[in-house]
Amino acid sequence: MTVILAFLALVALVAGLWLSQQRLASKPWLETGIAPLAGHGPGRAPGFIFIAVFLAVVGGLFAMLGSAFVMQIEETPWELVPLPGRVWLNTGLLLLASLFLQFVVISARAGTARWLNASLIAASIATLAFLAGQAQVWMELTAGGYRLDGTPAASFFYLITGLHGLHVLGGIIALAAVALRHAGAGDVKALLPGVRLCALYWHGLLAFWLMLFALLQGWGNAFLALCRAAVG
Amino acid sequence: MLIVVALVLIVLGSIAFHLLSPWWWTPIASNWDYIDNTLVITFWITGAVFAAIVLFMAYCVLKFRHRPGHKAEFDPENKRLEWWLTGVTAAGVAAMLVPGLFVWKQFVTVPEEATELEVFGQQWSWAYRLPGADGVLGTADAEWVNGENPLGVNPHDRFGKDDLIIEGGEVYLPVDQPVKLLLRSIDVLHNFYVPEFRAKMDMVPGMVTYIWFTPTRTGDFEVLCAEYCGTAHPFMRGYVTVVEAEEYHEWLQEQLTFEEYASNARAAQPVQLAEN
Amino acid sequence: MVDRGSDDQMQLPPREVADVMPPHAHSWIGKYVFSQDAKYIAIQYSGTAVAIGLVALVMSWLMRLQLGFPGTFDFITAEAYYQFVTMHGMIMVIYLLTAIFLGGFGNYLIPLMVGARDMVFPFVNMLSYWVYLLAVLVLVASFFVPGGPTGAGWTLYPPQAVLSGTPGGAQSGIILMLVSLILFIIGFTMGGLNYAVTVLQARTRGMTMMRLPLTVWGIFTATVMALLAFPALFVACVMMLFDRLLGTSFFMPTLVELGEKLSYGGGSPIAFQHLFWFFGHPEVYIVALPAFGIVSDLIAVHARKNIFGYRMMVWAIVIIGALSFIVWAHHMYVSGMHPWFGFFFATTTLIIAIPTAIKVYNWVLTLWKGDIHLTIPMLFALGFIVTFVNGGLTGLFLGNVVVDVPLSDTMFVVAHFHMVMGVAPIMVIFGAIYHWYPKITGRMLNEAMGQIHFWVTFIGAYAVFFPMHYVGLVGVPRRYFEIGEPEFLTAPVDGLNAFISSAALIVGAVQVLFLFNIFWSLRRGREAGGNPWRAASLEWQTPETPPRHGNWDELPDVYRWAYDYSVPGAPEDYLAQNDPWFSDGEDRRL
Repeated sequence: MTVILAFLALVALVAGLWLSQQRLASKPWLETGIAPLAGHGPGRAPGFIFIAVFLAVVGGLFAMLGSAFVMQIEETPWELVPLPGRVWLNTGLLLLASLFLQFVVISARAGTARWLNASLIAASIATLAFLAGQAQVWMELTAGGYRLDGTPAASFFYLITGLHGLHVLGGIIALAAVALRHAGAGDVKALLPGVRLCALYWHGLLAFWLMLFALLQGWGNAFLALCRAAVG
Repeated sequence: MLIVVALVLIVLGSIAFHLLSPWWWTPIASNWDYIDNTLVITFWITGAVFAAIVLFMAYCVLKFRHRPGHKAEFDPENKRLEWWLTGVTAAGVAAMLVPGLFVWKQFVTVPEEATELEVFGQQWSWAYRLPGADGVLGTADAEWVNGENPLGVNPHDRFGKDDLIIEGGEVYLPVDQPVKLLLRSIDVLHNFYVPEFRAKMDMVPGMVTYIWFTPTRTGDFEVLCAEYCGTAHPFMRGYVTVVEAEEYHEWLQEQLTFEEYASNARAAQPVQLAEN
Repeated sequence: MVDRGSDDQMQLPPREVADVMPPHAHSWIGKYVFSQDAKYIAIQYSGTAVAIGLVALVMSWLMRLQLGFPGTFDFITAEAYYQFVTMHGMIMVIYLLTAIFLGGFGNYLIPLMVGARDMVFPFVNMLSYWVYLLAVLVLVASFFVPGGPTGAGWTLYPPQAVLSGTPGGAQSGIILMLVSLILFIIGFTMGGLNYAVTVLQARTRGMTMMRLPLTVWGIFTATVMALLAFPALFVACVMMLFDRLLGTSFFMPTLVELGEKLSYGGGSPIAFQHLFWFFGHPEVYIVALPAFGIVSDLIAVHARKNIFGYRMMVWAIVIIGALSFIVWAHHMYVSGMHPWFGFFFATTTLIIAIPTAIKVYNWVLTLWKGDIHLTIPMLFALGFIVTFVNGGLTGLFLGNVVVDVPLSDTMFVVAHFHMVMGVAPIMVIFGAIYHWYPKITGRMLNEAMGQIHFWVTFIGAYAVFFPMHYVGLVGVPRRYFEIGEPEFLTAPVDGLNAFISSAALIVGAVQVLFLFNIFWSLRRGREAGGNPWRAASLEWQTPETPPRHGNWDELPDVYRWAYDYSVPGAPEDYLAQNDPWFSDGEDRRL
């Protein structure tokens, strides 16, 4: 349960920082009048907070899976699935998608249409290639004898990558909706709120994938073993 | 007004029920009277808190109920009172927790002189296994279970050959001798529970759990399953009979070793086939 | 902060939230079926939750009939009994309590109390309800499939949950249960994101966090907790579904079932328990925190006094919320997990009792020197305190690891959690319905029927669950279809069980009167006016009652906290949050 607790500690830190701006020690019965709201200005659109909180939920989901995976590997370290090199390439693709999408945001903010469409398409292709690549890894592993209904360690690989892939797929659908809604209109800036949320979501999923990738490699367990050795 | 009477009656009634009703725990038959003592401490502390809070509340309702012209006091907080109450609560909690943790330390630390007894659960019956002449239990796993080997003793483990296999749900234990129960299941969760011994623990397929205790009086004690294990869960019963040492040894002589058990089962098989 | 005098301070600060009118629906379907108005969604949520809750109530009757009068009712077989146990627990905890507190009260009260026009994302909010309804329908469907619903116990522990020794384990009962839970979590997440973002982003001008009524604090914290805890249940359900359908072994070690070796191997049943209780324990507080918040407001309003120690109350809610994530394994003291965990989890569990106790003290101290109106909501609030204190204190038995050993898996546990998270929160739900019904409908609930409802429910529920502790203390395990007369019983429990069952039937029956009252008062109830309790929080200050879509003409400005009752010198014994009255007659802004 180390992974989920570490994740929640992070969430608690963010929540604590926010709470610390809410004047929790003030005495509200002594303060009459219109006080300005603390903690957020008009800059943060509700949509941004919505996606940020949603990412915390998705993060909790993957942290929980990660915890279960680490617990399982603790019991049966010899069953760890050796990841094909293709996974590294996929990770690169997802990173690329994230970067392209960030570039879309930058262009939209600047109002320059020039590279916007190209990078939007590039981001989509990189993301789809990531998904296709993950599917290929599945096939490779199944052919190699690591079946879904085999050892729990193998099942975990399919479950974790599958759920992550589903979230990426959902993101693509949202991105397509955003792009199509503004395809006709020439106004680049109108695209900004939508793609900004997509970019945030992509960065989140990339971060989760990097963490999951490390866990699937067995590094999480190695790190825990190291900590345990250091403590006792 | 009725509510004030009701609140007072609830406190008095609860205390009266606690003190006068015949429903209380069954007389103990193991060394875990520490657990009972911790429970009694907890009853005293929590009972006092319950009575104090509800009676205070009844007093408030009586004293400050709405009457024409009556007005509430504006009283946002009282820091000192709140910290003081926090402190008292923390002390009360510590008074329950600290003895609890000491007893837990004992509960999970098995004394060296404890003998081993494996308890084996499956839907919906109990069986037992005792180390044989070599004093060591052989390894076992659901992997090895078959008609001749219902407990899944590892046939390749030399320590297992002389283990005593006890079927039928009844086992003997010598009085005043600490015993460590190794709990094992091959299908679903079960829980070995003898109310008189106080100790209980889940049996989890795929792993071995344990508890220990010292039986302190002789007698027959019923074993119940305390972790839901399917439709016949309440009917999964057995007996532990605690006896003096001599009687225990006599009983031991009558039990079959794993080797004998397996060969008996093999011998019985052709007969069964013939009957079929 | 207090600063007066300078002229530019007299200017209102700019609105930090754009005043967006939610789109009005014009079609009949848009208004009354696929409504995006949080208030309407709240009623849909509550109605569905109560309807399915009634099914669970009937199942509790059938269970009690079996326990109280064993052998009398032939149609209650062991299989059926365990199906009732499972469905009763699951429905009450998830589909009734969680749904009604967050989906019901959350939807109705959050926008009104923070001074917003609606939830921030009304469309997603609407979807949330429909996915919830789908989850309920899938659950109901499991009653009609071959083999019936699952009888695995509400904790659904594997391996038994997916094996043939358990009702519905080898058939579709367990599958539908898991699918329904997954749907519920998806639906809840849609709603939960809305509740959280609305509190964060849609508070009106002047409504700082420290001016929020405790109801909003409770629901908000519970929502955040639920958003972080439900993923654990989601993962557990998906994994078990894989085990059941696709032959994976996440929770399944090598097994021999009734002499036959199964194809599973390598998994860990305890991993499921960790995942389940990582959700399951916060879940207790997901139900409790909204109840804590709501009852604070009921007590303050009906005792005409500010809630005592508001700051401590807020801190306690936040601390309880945070701590509840590191106590989960106190449900697993005898599960076979590493025994050293017992030290840690017993300590955290007993520590959480301290902020909880502070809340209790502050409720009672709010009554001190109050002006207590013994209205129906107040009576239910008092009933809540009694049952909650009782159930909370028995929690100290079960949280203290070694005391838990003899008591775990006995009826003591059943009595404890029914008292603390069954009866106590339901007392608050009843109180809250009596309290806010006038705002929702414009009419008061009938007082005489309310009195009967309160007295029978309160005394009856106490008579059910207080003696039940002693059934467990004697040693009767939970989830026993029948106990018989084993020798360890110091006294036969048959008579006591029959008494408990009779009381339970009476308590159940009086709920029919409550439902009747709800429908009867819709037409016949006394007209309530906009603010019958003379309460200070914003939801009572709407221009219309019931509030229309969009809630306000112009968004209210908030000048004070939600608890200005009996302020010395004030013209009335309450000052509404949007009332710009000042004690020195001077307009003062921060």
